[in-house]
Amino acid sequence: MTYHRPSFRHPDLPTNELGHTRQYYEGALSTLCAGCGHDSVSAAIVQACFELAIEPHHVAKLSGIGCSSKTPAYFLNQAHGFNSVHGRMPSVATGANAANRQMAYIGISGDGDSASIGFGQFSHVVRRNLNMLYLVENNGCYGLTKGQDSATADVGSAGKRGIATAFEPIDLCAQALQLGATFVARSFSGDKQQLVPLLKAAITHKGFAFIDVISPCVTFNNTTTSTKSYDHMREHVRQADVVDFVPAEKEITVDYAPGTTKELTLHDGSVIHLTKAQSDLDTSDPHAALNAIHDHKVRGEVLTGLLYLDTELHDFHRVINTMPTPLRDLQEKDLCPGGDVLQGINSGLR
Amino acid sequence: MKPTDTKDPEYFHRVVDCQYACPAHTPVPEYIRLIARGRYSDAYMLNWESNVFPGVLGRTCDRPCEPACRRGRVEEQPVAICRLKRVAADFKDDIKDRLPDITPANGKKIALIGAGPASLTVARDLAPLGYRIDIYDQQKLGGGFMRSQIPSFRLPEEVLNEEVNYILDMGIATHFDTYISSLKSILDKNYDAVFVGSGAPRGRDLAKLPGRQEADANIHIGIEWLANVAFEHTAKIGKNVLVLGGGNTAMDCCRTARRLGGSDVKVVVRSPASEMKASPWEIEDAQHEDIPFYDCHVPLEFVTENGKLVGMHFDKVAAEYDDDGRRQLKSTGEPPVFFPCDDVLLAIGQENAFPWVERDIGIDFGKWDMPVVDEVTFQSSNPKVFFGGDAAFGPANIITAVAHGHQAAVSIDLFCNGQSVTQRPTPGTNLVSQKMGVHEWVYDNQIENSERQIVPLADKACALRDRKLEVELGFNLQTALEEAERCLNCDVQTVFTESACIECDACADICPTSCINFTANGDENDLRSRLNAPATNLEQDLMVSDLLKTERVMVKDENVCLHCGLCAERCPTGAWDMQKFDYSVTQAGQNEIGS
Ligand SMILES: Cc1cc2nc3c(=O)[nH]c(=O)nc-3n(C[C@H](O)[C@H](O)[C@H](O)COP(=O)(O)OP(=O)(O)OC[C@H]3O[C@@H](n4cnc5c(N)ncnc54)[C@H](O)[C@@H]3O)c2cc1C
Ligand SMILES: Cc1ncc(C[n+]2csc(CCOP(=O)(O)OP(=O)(O)O)c2C)c(N)n1
Ligand code: SF4
Ligand code: SF4
Ligand code: SF4
Ligand SMILES: [Mg+2]
Repeated sequence: MTYHRPSFRHPDLPTNELGHTRQYYEGALSTLCAGCGHDSVSAAIVQACFELAIEPHHVAKLSGIGCSSKTPAYFLNQAHGFNSVHGRMPSVATGANAANRQMAYIGISGDGDSASIGFGQFSHVVRRNLNMLYLVENNGCYGLTKGQDSATADVGSAGKRGIATAFEPIDLCAQALQLGATFVARSFSGDKQQLVPLLKAAITHKGFAFIDVISPCVTFNNTTTSTKSYDHMREHVRQADVVDFVPAEKEITVDYAPGTTKELTLHDGSVIHLTKAQSDLDTSDPHAALNAIHDHKVRGEVLTGLLYLDTELHDFHRVINTMPTPLRDLQEKDLCPGGDVLQGINSGLR
Repeated sequence: MKPTDTKDPEYFHRVVDCQYACPAHTPVPEYIRLIARGRYSDAYMLNWESNVFPGVLGRTCDRPCEPACRRGRVEEQPVAICRLKRVAADFKDDIKDRLPDITPANGKKIALIGAGPASLTVARDLAPLGYRIDIYDQQKLGGGFMRSQIPSFRLPEEVLNEEVNYILDMGIATHFDTYISSLKSILDKNYDAVFVGSGAPRGRDLAKLPGRQEADANIHIGIEWLANVAFEHTAKIGKNVLVLGGGNTAMDCCRTARRLGGSDVKVVVRSPASEMKASPWEIEDAQHEDIPFYDCHVPLEFVTENGKLVGMHFDKVAAEYDDDGRRQLKSTGEPPVFFPCDDVLLAIGQENAFPWVERDIGIDFGKWDMPVVDEVTFQSSNPKVFFGGDAAFGPANIITAVAHGHQAAVSIDLFCNGQSVTQRPTPGTNLVSQKMGVHEWVYDNQIENSERQIVPLADKACALRDRKLEVELGFNLQTALEEAERCLNCDVQTVFTESACIECDACADICPTSCINFTANGDENDLRSRLNAPATNLEQDLMVSDLLKTERVMVKDENVCLHCGLCAERCPTGAWDMQKFDYSVTQAGQNEIGS
């Protein structure tokens, strides 16, 4: 027996500026294990895109291989999608983005997909400051291939197999910071209150936005000895800030007590409000972010929230000075400037 | 909010909207599942036990369950609960061998006044326990208003006879054609208890309207006229007929008139059409038979020529509402409207009348000259005398009369056994997990999208020629199955165990109708304002858990839960389970007394 998701929804669901309900942003019914953190991340993406009032067909979903990389099927049914090869999502994202810079790019990867087989690709896409959201659903294991330790598993952490990890973990946020990412955040699949505004800010940010979402593998790595379990996360998360995102056109209606919040303005005029929570982090300083990540790790804690934001505009297209028009919209006259121009070039080479 | 006490049987009872709204608490989803499985006789018996007249009610019930049905909040139309009940009756096998055994006489004698649904229910509940039942009615057959008022084109006589006879055949002593002119004379016969189920038999008149006397020969009180038609004392009416009134009696009058020669039948109502009391489906049926409605017309006079009725004058009015929402009908000042007619049927209301109940036999009478009757025990101030049905609190409907009958029977049984009638038996309840395996449930949890099935009607010309031809043809087995599958199985409850929840959010994410929330606790208004989807239906409960590990609570808005089981399906720990909730109203003699 299989099961289906009924098509009825709550009759009074709110609509966004485009007149769509949340249902418009849903995807197919998940085939992941019941209780997988990845499904919560998909739900958070649905909510964020609904709240941002994005047209799904202005979005491209890109992924590699893994349970995490399957999830683009489970949100934004009507968006474009490319489920690529293991660890190769960054290349496909780069190609797509180069060809059409007007779309929103959401790359979904796993800790295996990004920190092992795709580690090289990951590094380079960060360097390029490609305008995309790069989201890693980090469960410390290779879920799809039955839970082998991944490169993000902490030393000593043991999943269902019961054997403690022997090697030092790769911290993908630290890597992203070192490689020049312009938006770096960490979150937890079980905390949509934090994740949804972070997603909205990351999608709106013009440049490379990296979010490492700890997303428990309920089947292979949710043991009492794992540092990526629901319980371990709930006990060891420390929030840098409480994040609120106010899109450009919206009036700010919430009262933020003066002095307690930091206001960061994105390129399109949207504002991120950060209210201090459990850490004292300067999000404009990559070194401070690196130190904070390290300090918390030493204490066995996981620092979540927005870790670093660079509001300068220097994404991939700006750096290599491309034209703004998507390639598909270029006409023959744009591509073939004519005999006179060719003659001019040729004569310049004589 | 405090954690919800789901051990209180009333909590899950309220979730089963249809069953809760049914005065007799018929287990609707259970019988609909039986129909879907082709078990018509079982579905019939389940109905018979709670509402006594499934074949009758499957055609005529006021259906308080349908406006309550959750399906009507999820999409446009509720499940056709009533017409599915008829399916059980239409397609059952012979069920006589399933009727209760009659235990030997217990030596107790009960008199029932009136043989309507209330009295018949008392008889059905008490006869099997060994009571000797004497039933009195002025009519020549049993059934009360079900026989004398509800026209055969809505309720065929065979259907009524069958279900009345199941009861009378339990050895009931019938005294038909017997008008009781003195309750004292009955009490003098030393019955152990007397049940008054005499209905509300008096139709209102317009005695003071000018012309009433002169036109008397062609003015008929609706309910008397319908009874005369039913008992074949009346077979004809004039061509032009005015029916005054906007309730269900008016609808039966106008449709009956169409069948007895009324070619131009008009319904004329005082109030605006939107406030007419008739059920929407009855209005639809009348309109289908080409009967026009004139609202906001207040009768002024009967007009006669040469001592014979020729028409009526009406004043056109408009409804105005004062600050308290009270309605006033104000004349528009237009000249009176004249409608010519040969006959007038008055269907402007119905009253109780107890000229035959002496006022010195210990029965207190209160407001509007109605007997004082306890709403739970149905006992009057004379402990031996119980009232039920329309006689107790004024005109209602069959299913209410049945519900009263059951409770009065419980009281009479307690009373005759020397026990207190206020120590009522508790309802029978049970919760059973529906999980069979991975993705497998005992119930069919797939939600069908099909719209409400339409009941086919007999050819209009044929129906108007034959007063006894049933208009509604009922579902066939295919449409019945499709309609049955629209039921959401609201009795299969979502049961939550907080200690098992790891707060992974899977249930909240999957729930198609956004019922489930994990959030900080608060008072009810505060919680309702913070849920994932608007929770504005205050008639529907919030189920709130105890504190979870993160100090949050699980809050489920019951309002539009589809009972699809996806929450339980996607829960990794079994913190959600789907459990079938049985709730049965305990009937006379069924269990020990509750506390
Ligand atoms: C025109 C019309 C249509 C209706 N249609 C519907 C419908 O479609 N669905 C629905 O649910 N309800 C309908 N009702 C209402 C329904 O018929 C009554 O609410 C229900 O029958 C009440 O049941 P009861 O047992 O209280 O009394 P009744 O059914 O009224 O029975 C009372 C009986 O007592 C007898 N009686 C009264 N006084 C004496 C006496 N002193 N001595 C001897 N006998 C006596 C009467 O003759 C009568 O037979 C309709 C009512 C009317 C008037
Ligand atoms: C080139 C290649 N090598 C190996 C595999 C096998 N493989 C499939 S998924 C996977 C690991 C996925 O881990 P992760 O990205 O963390 O995803 P998760 O399932 O944990 O979400 C591996 C090694 C493959 N599909 N392709
Ligand atoms: S194996 Fe792990 S990561 Fe994959 S779906 Fe199951 S719980 Fe999720
Ligand atoms: S049964 Fe569960 S998943 Fe289905 S609608 Fe109800 S609460 Fe939601
Ligand atoms: S799916 Fe189960 S464990 Fe997860 S939050 Fe819901 S009830 Fe709790
Ligand atoms: Mg993984």
